[in-house]
Amino acid sequence: MALLELTRQPGRIAVRLGPTSAVIRPRMLAVCLGLAVASALAFAVELSFGDYPIPLLDVVRALFGVGDRATLFVIEELRLPRALVGLLVGCAFGVSGALFQTLTRNPLASPDMIGLSSGSATAVVAAMVLGFGAGLGTQALGLFGGIATAVLIYGLAWKGGTTGYRIVLVGIGISWMCTSLTSYLLVKADMWEAQQVLRWIIGSLNGADWVHVTPLAWAVLVLGIAVLLLSRWLRLLQLGTDVATALGVPVRFAQPALIVTAAALVSFATAATGPIVFVALTAPQIAQRLTGCAWPPLVASGLTGSFLVLGSDLIAQRVIPGTLLPIGVVTGAFGGLFLLWLLTRANRVGSGG
Amino acid sequence: MRPEIAPTLRAEGLAVSYGDRSIITDLDLVVPPGKISVIVGANASGKSTLLRSLARLLSPAAGQVCLDGESIHAMPTRELARMVGLLPQSPVAPEGMTVIDLVGRGRAPHQSWWRQWSHSDEETVRHALELTSMLDLAERPVDELSGGQRQRAWIAMALAQDTDILLLDEPTTFLDMAHQIEVLDLVMDLNRTRGRTVMMVLHDLNQACRYADHIVAMKSGRIVAQGPPADLLTAELVDEVFDVRCCVVTDPVSGTPLVIPIGRHHEPRNVARHPFPIH
Ligand SMILES: Nc1ncnc2c1ncn2[C@@H]1O[C@H](COP(=O)(O)OP(=O)(O)OP(=O)(O)O)[C@@H](O)[C@H]1O
Ligand SMILES: [Mg+2]
Repeated sequence: MALLELTRQPGRIAVRLGPTSAVIRPRMLAVCLGLAVASALAFAVELSFGDYPIPLLDVVRALFGVGDRATLFVIEELRLPRALVGLLVGCAFGVSGALFQTLTRNPLASPDMIGLSSGSATAVVAAMVLGFGAGLGTQALGLFGGIATAVLIYGLAWKGGTTGYRIVLVGIGISWMCTSLTSYLLVKADMWEAQQVLRWIIGSLNGADWVHVTPLAWAVLVLGIAVLLLSRWLRLLQLGTDVATALGVPVRFAQPALIVTAAALVSFATAATGPIVFVALTAPQIAQRLTGCAWPPLVASGLTGSFLVLGSDLIAQRVIPGTLLPIGVVTGAFGGLFLLWLLTRANRVGSGG
Repeated sequence: MRPEIAPTLRAEGLAVSYGDRSIITDLDLVVPPGKISVIVGANASGKSTLLRSLARLLSPAAGQVCLDGESIHAMPTRELARMVGLLPQSPVAPEGMTVIDLVGRGRAPHQSWWRQWSHSDEETVRHALELTSMLDLAERPVDELSGGQRQRAWIAMALAQDTDILLLDEPTTFLDMAHQIEVLDLVMDLNRTRGRTVMMVLHDLNQACRYADHIVAMKSGRIVAQGPPADLLTAELVDEVFDVRCCVVTDPVSGTPLVIPIGRHHEPRNVARHPFPIH
């Protein structure tokens, strides 16, 4: 008996070693590698670029702690937190979007469309303006806001069976309610506060600091592991709750667990940078088309999200020289176009997405 | 290995409701092990509800469903998924999912992190595709198939699950005559050669009589009558269950009861009143 055995089938290779076996999809693997390289490149360029340009080679050396003091300071203290936050938030948005889009079978049911980002933003803005919960910190507040919104949507729309449309409709309603609440808070706020809040709402990496990196990194790590563990159930939940139950998924635990994990991912990310719009919607859809999958692939969506955020940030920094444009402006413009494209396409098929 | 004695699924004092609408009250049923049973009844008589309860998709309001004496709601759901399979009435696959992806998911209860696609997974899936004549369509997206092909893809998924007990909700709907017979013959093969217990919902009484060892007739959430088709199927029963006048004669091919509905515009002629003459 051969120790390692490979069986080729269209689009996939079964790998078997003794009693263990796995399935590899070459295209998926190649796309993920490509996305990882692209994100790493964007990450390095993000570090090298700025008022004090640093050659890419020096960036890489500085990452290993080699270089003069000025370079090390600029990289480690000023630029690394920003780039890391971008990388992590992008990944969180991408994976969260993929989870929601898969669970609802609807690309429009991504967390930024159904009000999770707005809910989490409202909680943070309320705290900023009304000055309560200062001890909790933005992370906890954003998390609270996002999860509370998710629970609300679940209660209102999800219970009676999963139809993507219901969730999108209820979500859009809730999203607008949160947005108006945020506007009301803005009107109440004084000029300086309003300025701060507005920056944050548009979504910006400008204030990114090591204080943001550490909790975010932990959140992405822990939630990422949770997502991987839950992903086997996700594959079966795609077939609907009835079939999933028949195939041995504890649906009553798995479905809420997946929703809470996805909501937590998007909330932590929103708390760190503000709602960077459209990344959670577009990243999974782009990843899906790149990999040729029928649904958003999780890992590739995360990588695409990272690349989108870092790439958009690079554009945001360059587009008006001397001004640090919030990244949300770029993703908003890009994502809006993508959404239009998606809608025209969905209408043509007649499935509404 | 499969145990020598087929496991027995049994409902005891079962009551099921949707919200506060009670559908089934105090129902007792044994799914005869190693046999083919068919549930018949009018639309909305609770056939799907019963089948879904037997597959733990619905929690009983009272009573319980047991597999070999153990309540299915107390069993690990994955373990149960290796013994009881279900094909719901109108399942929907996500847009773009291919037949092979769908059928492959039927193997989930047998897989784990370190055993994602074993030889037996591959063998069983191929066999399921072969039995449902879906091999040639394996790489096609399910939503681009005809209604009948789609139905066969789902049946293949249920077969890939490789369970001792198979619950099928209207497996022949959408199928043309040839494929209806093919699916029913397949069910019979599974039962006769592999000892699988099958309980399915069929709307065609004549097919039910032909393929069932045991018929369960339902009306308004209750079991009106049950037993072997030859003893059970009478014009009176059909009238009671479906509110349809009919003649029951002998199927010239299988020797089982053959139900001929009368309707308002016809009256039975003399020849049909008597059992079908067999020469
Ligand atoms: N999800 C649900 N929520 C509320 N009521 C339901 C639900 N599913 C079924 N019912 C009701 O339960 C009753 C029994 O339905 P069931 O689906 O069991 O009928 P059936 O015998 O399978 O009918 P058919 O032959 O049309 O498939 C019907 O009155 C139906 O309206
Ligand atoms: Mg039914």
